[in-house]
Amino acid sequence: MLSYSIRRILMLIPVLLGMSIVVFSIIRAIPGDPALTILGEKASAKAIADLREVLGLNNPWYIQYFDYLKQIITGDLGVSLHTGASIAKEIGPYLAATTELTIFSMCFAVFIGVNAGIISAWKQNSWFDYTAMLIALIGVSMPIFWLGLMEQWFFAQELKWLPSVGRDNPRDPVQAITHFYIVDTILAGRWDQFRDVVEHLILPGIALGTIPMAIIARITRSSMLEVMRADYVRTARAKGMAQFGVVYKHALKNAMIPVLTVIGLQTGLLLGGAVLTETIFGWPGVGRYIYTAIGNRDYPVIQSGILVIATIFVLINLLVDLLYAYIDPRIKYR
Amino acid sequence: MSQPVLQIENLQTHFFTDRGQVPAVDGVSITVHKGEVVGIVGESGCGKSVTSLSIMKLVPNPPGKIVGGAIRFKGEDLVLASEKRMREIRGNEIAMIFQEPMTSLNPVFTIGDQIGEAIRLHTKTSKKEARQKSIEMLKKVGIPRAEAIVDEYPHQLSGGMRQRVMIAMAMACNPELLIADEPTTALDVTIQAQILDLMRQLNQEADTAVLLITHDLGVVAQMCHRVVVMYAGNVIEEGDVRTILKNPKHPYTIGLLNSLPKLEESQERLYSIPGNVPIPGSLTAGCRFAPRCEQAMDRCRQEMPELIPVEENHRSRCWLSI
Repeated sequence: MLSYSIRRILMLIPVLLGMSIVVFSIIRAIPGDPALTILGEKASAKAIADLREVLGLNNPWYIQYFDYLKQIITGDLGVSLHTGASIAKEIGPYLAATTELTIFSMCFAVFIGVNAGIISAWKQNSWFDYTAMLIALIGVSMPIFWLGLMEQWFFAQELKWLPSVGRDNPRDPVQAITHFYIVDTILAGRWDQFRDVVEHLILPGIALGTIPMAIIARITRSSMLEVMRADYVRTARAKGMAQFGVVYKHALKNAMIPVLTVIGLQTGLLLGGAVLTETIFGWPGVGRYIYTAIGNRDYPVIQSGILVIATIFVLINLLVDLLYAYIDPRIKYR
Repeated sequence: MSQPVLQIENLQTHFFTDRGQVPAVDGVSITVHKGEVVGIVGESGCGKSVTSLSIMKLVPNPPGKIVGGAIRFKGEDLVLASEKRMREIRGNEIAMIFQEPMTSLNPVFTIGDQIGEAIRLHTKTSKKEARQKSIEMLKKVGIPRAEAIVDEYPHQLSGGMRQRVMIAMAMACNPELLIADEPTTALDVTIQAQILDLMRQLNQEADTAVLLITHDLGVVAQMCHRVVVMYAGNVIEEGDVRTILKNPKHPYTIGLLNSLPKLEESQERLYSIPGNVPIPGSLTAGCRFAPRCEQAMDRCRQEMPELIPVEENHRSRCWLSI
């Protein structure tokens, strides 16, 4: 396990380097002069020349790359052209907002998806199986923005059960400490606000979690069906184990590998910020942060935002790979 | 004689498939006494594995279902027993080992977890005690370094070792009946002999009755007190192992024995019974072996014989045995 983990972590280095090259190239791949693109057609020649100097565009590309690498290794993500603030500082709250929403959505997706998949496989061809798989099919094929709008119309507008936009009550905003509002409200001991924050999470959380939930349910079902036919499942039953234990202990642990892969990928995708959902629900997450930056032609923000998202994606996959080895002892020998 | 441990009476297990009802086991009666080793022999597809799974009520349902007969375990009819009662019996009073040691152990749990689980399901034991007991059982089945193996995973062991683990797991709760479904088929010849020795030793020490399912008459000769020969879902001959091997009556049993290589004769080619096992469900009236039987008469094609007593402890389902 240890040597596997170390090897797997060392493999991060080339991946992260490759990623930095791609991100670095983005801004240079834009046709024409980046300085001109950033400043616009009407900029003076002096301003363009100054910006080229600031951006280091007059150096050869490999020097530029090493400067860039040095910069990001020290945690400096550059400065936003639009606000003039440090991106590393600025992105934090957005990232926290997205992470909180992702965790909420994935908990919902994993809990319902995995259990629905297990029960569907256990009671194969039952009415539960058919209903669950029909819902899963609808779930994977439903456009999120439509689902989000329908939720807002039904639960916020018609029933008035839940708030439709934002993270907290604008008349009583949460005092941000960690920017994870659930944590912040607990730290402040404000249970009324805690409840409010959870209510704000529900609609976007469900909208965002529906597709992962549906995919997870389908993968879990097919993986479980395969495992349930295995000889060791018969052995477990021959020991006198109840079907529940057979399914949730012996079969599930073996069926988890493909499910875990999907959970990892989906979490990575959600952490990248779901622009549509965040826009519909007025959620101040990374998706909207980068989306706004694109509108403002704020290239450093776009570049660093992509770098951060890609790094998170890679780290989540690392975590998934380490979990593989934890779940299946055979993996480290492969 | 005392009450038999297991008494199967006219067991019928059928499979309900898209192409109709298939009688995989069709009226099988087998009796096993305490401490006895009974072999069930037959070709692939004769219903011997389904018979053994029926005893544990582990036939996959759907499509399989016990539709008739009785399985009396110490007098109690298991066909009528609840699932809850069956769970108490499985692994505790009746244990089973399977043909495929490579896949019968769960790859993601340690050996100790899996043996300990069998113990903890049926007795009030702490995790620590169960682990200790697991180590004891591993030693008992002749596994070296039992203290280390207990924390290893199945993929770290060889096939023979895994089958020993399966036996340790099966014997952990001192069952009264051990069902062994082709326990040595997947193993090397030398390992086979070791595993058989081990099973015989456990049978003698604990007085556990063994129902040994195999297609290998050599294994039967070595292990069993009595033997039941099955063909196409029926018992076609049964009796004392020496009697059957020396004086087989049913042409199928004779064919099986003839198809074994013999040391004292040099044969160019081994004998083989012509034809194939009939596909269950395609059976017609008359003796099921008749289409392949070299001695078949008109009567054989019209009427299925009962098990006819040939001598003491020997019965054969053949008109020629009268």
